[in-house]
Amino acid sequence: MTNNTSSGVAHAPLVGKAGSSFDRKGLVQITLLSLLLLVPIAAYFLGHIYYVNLASRMTIIAMAAVGLNLAIGYGGMVSFGHAAYFGLGGYVAGISAYHAFDYSPFMTWPFSVPGSDSLLVVWLAAVILCALLALVIGAISLRTTGVYFIMITLAFAQMIYYFANSWPTYGGEDGLPIYIRNTLPLFDSSNALTYFLICFTGLVLAMAITSRLMKSRFGAALTMARLNDVRLATAGISPYPIRLVAFVVSAAITGLAGALYADLNGFVSPNMLSWHFSGELMVIVILGGVGRLYGPLAGAVLFIMMETFLGGVTQYWQLFLGLVLLGVVLFAKHGVMGWLAGRERNE
Amino acid sequence: MSNAVLSLQKLNKHFGALQATSDVSLDLKPREIHALIGPNGAGKSTLIGQIAGNIRPDEGRVFLADTEITGMSIAQRARMGLGRSFQVSSLAEPLSVMRNVMMGVQALQSHSFRFWKPVAKDRQLLEPAYEALERMQLSHRAWTPVFELSHGERRQVEVACALALKPRALLLDEPMAGLGPEGSAKLTELLEALKLEVPILLIEHDMEAVFRLADRISVLVSGSVIAHGDSQTIRQDPRVREAYLGDSDA
Repeated sequence: MTNNTSSGVAHAPLVGKAGSSFDRKGLVQITLLSLLLLVPIAAYFLGHIYYVNLASRMTIIAMAAVGLNLAIGYGGMVSFGHAAYFGLGGYVAGISAYHAFDYSPFMTWPFSVPGSDSLLVVWLAAVILCALLALVIGAISLRTTGVYFIMITLAFAQMIYYFANSWPTYGGEDGLPIYIRNTLPLFDSSNALTYFLICFTGLVLAMAITSRLMKSRFGAALTMARLNDVRLATAGISPYPIRLVAFVVSAAITGLAGALYADLNGFVSPNMLSWHFSGELMVIVILGGVGRLYGPLAGAVLFIMMETFLGGVTQYWQLFLGLVLLGVVLFAKHGVMGWLAGRERNE
Repeated sequence: MSNAVLSLQKLNKHFGALQATSDVSLDLKPREIHALIGPNGAGKSTLIGQIAGNIRPDEGRVFLADTEITGMSIAQRARMGLGRSFQVSSLAEPLSVMRNVMMGVQALQSHSFRFWKPVAKDRQLLEPAYEALERMQLSHRAWTPVFELSHGERRQVEVACALALKPRALLLDEPMAGLGPEGSAKLTELLEALKLEVPILLIEHDMEAVFRLADRISVLVSGSVIAHGDSQTIRQDPRVREAYLGDSDA
């Protein structure tokens, strides 16, 4: 497994041992992913559209958490304001559909921007706008660390929340309906299963990007920024721009999830921007396992299952959520994924 | 400034009323180890901070090979060729030795906004890092996580991290701290060989090591250099004996 060729350094393997490809961790991951894929397909053909949409919701929330996990888990940046990007993504979908629906322009000056009911346009706009917003918020917030970082990201998100709440054009606190789901060429996005598969693809892509990113030079620098930023600077790499780029990518992923969410529900409201949601995303990341690739997925599945099934039994389901979270934090520090799949091996 | 690799010119720094650095000028020439010694509270850490870039001097300038680096960030200085090690080990413990050392190689080669190619098989990164480890006789530990290393090995990794930058000058802050006699002797030997390639500014408490290694010694007391010379001169300087060595025979 070690490829150790001629190049002058022959005493020890130059390339570290590659982990065996199919171990306990791989098994847990594949099981999780295939259950998420197969259960809704089965539900669809059995006629249970409700469960298909529930799975779409899990998938989208998982994707939003994948974004947050890049900031918190891999970058060590505890953002308490990721609802801002989720909500902005949602509003991009909502506002775009709103203008496409009545053929009014979104803006006329300095140039005319029409609405669009194309998902591709919506997604692109959501990603770009969330990236820009995160660039501004991150550039300021990342000058602080620790508790101050948490507070300043929260403050920015709250500003946006209150702005959306008090802007009557797009529904203010009542929110904005999307009457007809935005569309995609070749696919019927209004079909529940198709839409689930779109979301699932998005989640898998987001996870693949995260995984690839963290193995690259950028990922190596980001890991070092999290573990020891003095070491990173001493090695000649400034931590700030590395963190900022990671923060922007993280926000773009969460924003894309927000756009998918608004189209799933046919509705976007300031709730998507509220600090409750930022908190829920954090809970999901911690529940699943901070800095684990599959953590956000495991966390989102568990969270939404508890919300749905326990919430159906008692309105006090969050009490049990609290107990589970307590258990995870006390007894399984590496989250559900750490508990199921064992500890992550660092290279 | 002649052929000095690193030179400090009239550095001054005060914190409130405390003059932590006062008019310090020193230089580091090729192929030498210049040791900086001084009792606790002499202002050694403040001075190192000003060389390394985490403290800005109030006055004075720092040059690295004729380039002024006084206003540069820590990372810029590192890329310019200033390698440093810390008094307290500052490695990323969960990562392998290799991953720690590779950081410097990565910084030298280009910016770090490369998102696609995995580092784990990147020979451009691995080979120079491996070489740096070999020079510190630690290549057999390349894939060991840092937390499994002995204290002495960590010290060697710190120096290897600095070497990965292909530095023009090394700033070593108490590399012998906490080492037993054996570890200390080994590191002394490694540094002696190293200085021929990279001059070393050595801040050290271990007097044995200093007197054995240093070509020149500067003594810092209350923020100023009170004596300067080779080890013979310093041993015999009465002010140094009084301020630093006590009256005991050093």
